[in-house]
Amino acid sequence: MKKNTKLSRAYLILIFILMYLPVAVVIIFSFNESKLPVRFSGFSLQWYEELFRDNDMLEALRNSLVLGVSSCFLSAVIGTLGAVGLSRIRWKTKGILEYISILPLMIPEIILGMVLMAFFYLLNMPFGMLTLLLGHTVFCVPYILMEVKARLAGMDPSLEEAARDLGAASFRAFWDITLPLIMPAVMSGALLAFAMSMDDVVISIFVNSPRVSTLPVKVYTQLKTGVTPEINALCTLMLAVTVAVLLIYTLIGKISKGKNRLFSTREK
Amino acid sequence: MRRRRSSSVWMILPLYIFTLVFVAGPLIYMVALSFSQSAESFGVEWAFTLENYKKILDPVYLQTFRESFQLALTSTAIICLLGYPFGYFMAKLSEGWKKKAMLFLMLPFWVNSLIRLYGWIIILQNKGILNFILQKLGIIDKPLRILYSYPAIVVGMVYVLLPFMILSVYSSAEKLDWSLVEAARDLGASKAKAFWTVSFKLTLPGLLSGIILSFIPSMGLFFIADILGGNKIVLVGSLIQEQMTRGNNWPFAAALAVVLMVLTTIMIVLYRRITNVKELEGIG
Repeated sequence: MKKNTKLSRAYLILIFILMYLPVAVVIIFSFNESKLPVRFSGFSLQWYEELFRDNDMLEALRNSLVLGVSSCFLSAVIGTLGAVGLSRIRWKTKGILEYISILPLMIPEIILGMVLMAFFYLLNMPFGMLTLLLGHTVFCVPYILMEVKARLAGMDPSLEEAARDLGAASFRAFWDITLPLIMPAVMSGALLAFAMSMDDVVISIFVNSPRVSTLPVKVYTQLKTGVTPEINALCTLMLAVTVAVLLIYTLIGKISKGKNRLFSTREK
Repeated sequence: MRRRRSSSVWMILPLYIFTLVFVAGPLIYMVALSFSQSAESFGVEWAFTLENYKKILDPVYLQTFRESFQLALTSTAIICLLGYPFGYFMAKLSEGWKKKAMLFLMLPFWVNSLIRLYGWIIILQNKGILNFILQKLGIIDKPLRILYSYPAIVVGMVYVLLPFMILSVYSSAEKLDWSLVEAARDLGASKAKAFWTVSFKLTLPGLLSGIILSFIPSMGLFFIADILGGNKIVLVGSLIQEQMTRGNNWPFAAALAVVLMVLTTIMIVLYRRITNVKELEGIG
């Protein structure tokens, strides 16, 4: 009974092909000589050259990377400490806090972007890197929180208790015992957060400024006005970065020999 | 025990403050904003009014909600039809293949969604690959205008949201006890009957959570409609964005957002009622 027929296997393969088709098309045409993405007329790197001459794009790329790293770091600190803290306290407001902090994943992005824009305006904050950082951190924290929470649920609490019984202070017990144990979850949550930050369009559109923008927003505005093969080259490069991040992630998973959280959908 | 609790406060504090200020704060502000008035030139006047909600009942805006709903329903239906069998078949693969399939499934997920949508532009455009192939095969004489049309938006939505459905269905099909299906077969149930009465029922929570995970975002993913639909169809998401930027009517945008948020919450509550599961499958 638990077996696939030839037909169902063919179906799996077909959907996979459809999934990868657009990505493959983008990569192939980034090396195309002709400007029109209809036929492959010859191998060329000219679009890459043009891309590297485009200062606006490079600036946006730099912004995105800085933003990705910083929001991922900030949310890793908040999320990790929060998840560990949540597992220890027994406050009445705990459930509500947990619910609100995961809320950014549950509500449509457009609402989050919109309310953040209105709120930052209310606080008189200048739109730019700071608002982007805060906005991205809002939706990155839940990823780390959930990853770490799942890891903590499968952990033996007596380890840390033992450390504290032996006289370790709260911070020492956390730093020496808990943190190393939950590190794989922190890392995978952080990488997921980084990927989400690099991918985000909707929230960035609302909280960026005309001068400080991110790469996806730049790509978005370009796609709206018309397509150039330069975008193909850019997309291919971003793809390469993504694959690199993914490889690092898999390596971390292998090294720590922890369960690969991202590839197993959910832990019990 | 008491000592431990009090000494853990410093850990939870950043999360507490951050969540209250930057998640709860803006959301509360949104609700307040939705009951206020838009100032003549720019900004907000603080006078309680229900005007913004009344405005949503205007036929023009109701139409927007209807169209968004229709699009979300169409996309979600197609996502179900494509994603359910996929997740189900995937759960039947051997352990090794399961891991590989999961990797291949997650990989495009990590690729910027704009890149993937851009690939569809190349494929669907007038002088694009699809028309080229169809013409070469002699199926059509003139190129089809697919890009910047309704079907193109549906393709984009389905493409971006399909993995959510697959993951949800897969995670519930994975837990399925296949011996139950066998038992049903042994007791004389036909293949179809065994599927409907056992497998389908047990994987229903996954299907439902997949529906929510694809329906909710498809109401707000305005950039898909923008890029692939060329402003032909105004979604609730596009309307909110427009009111925030060009329209400069923040209170109205806030009212739209509140309505969207209420609809979302109703769906999640309904889902929990039906399945009695606390967390959405496959979200983590």
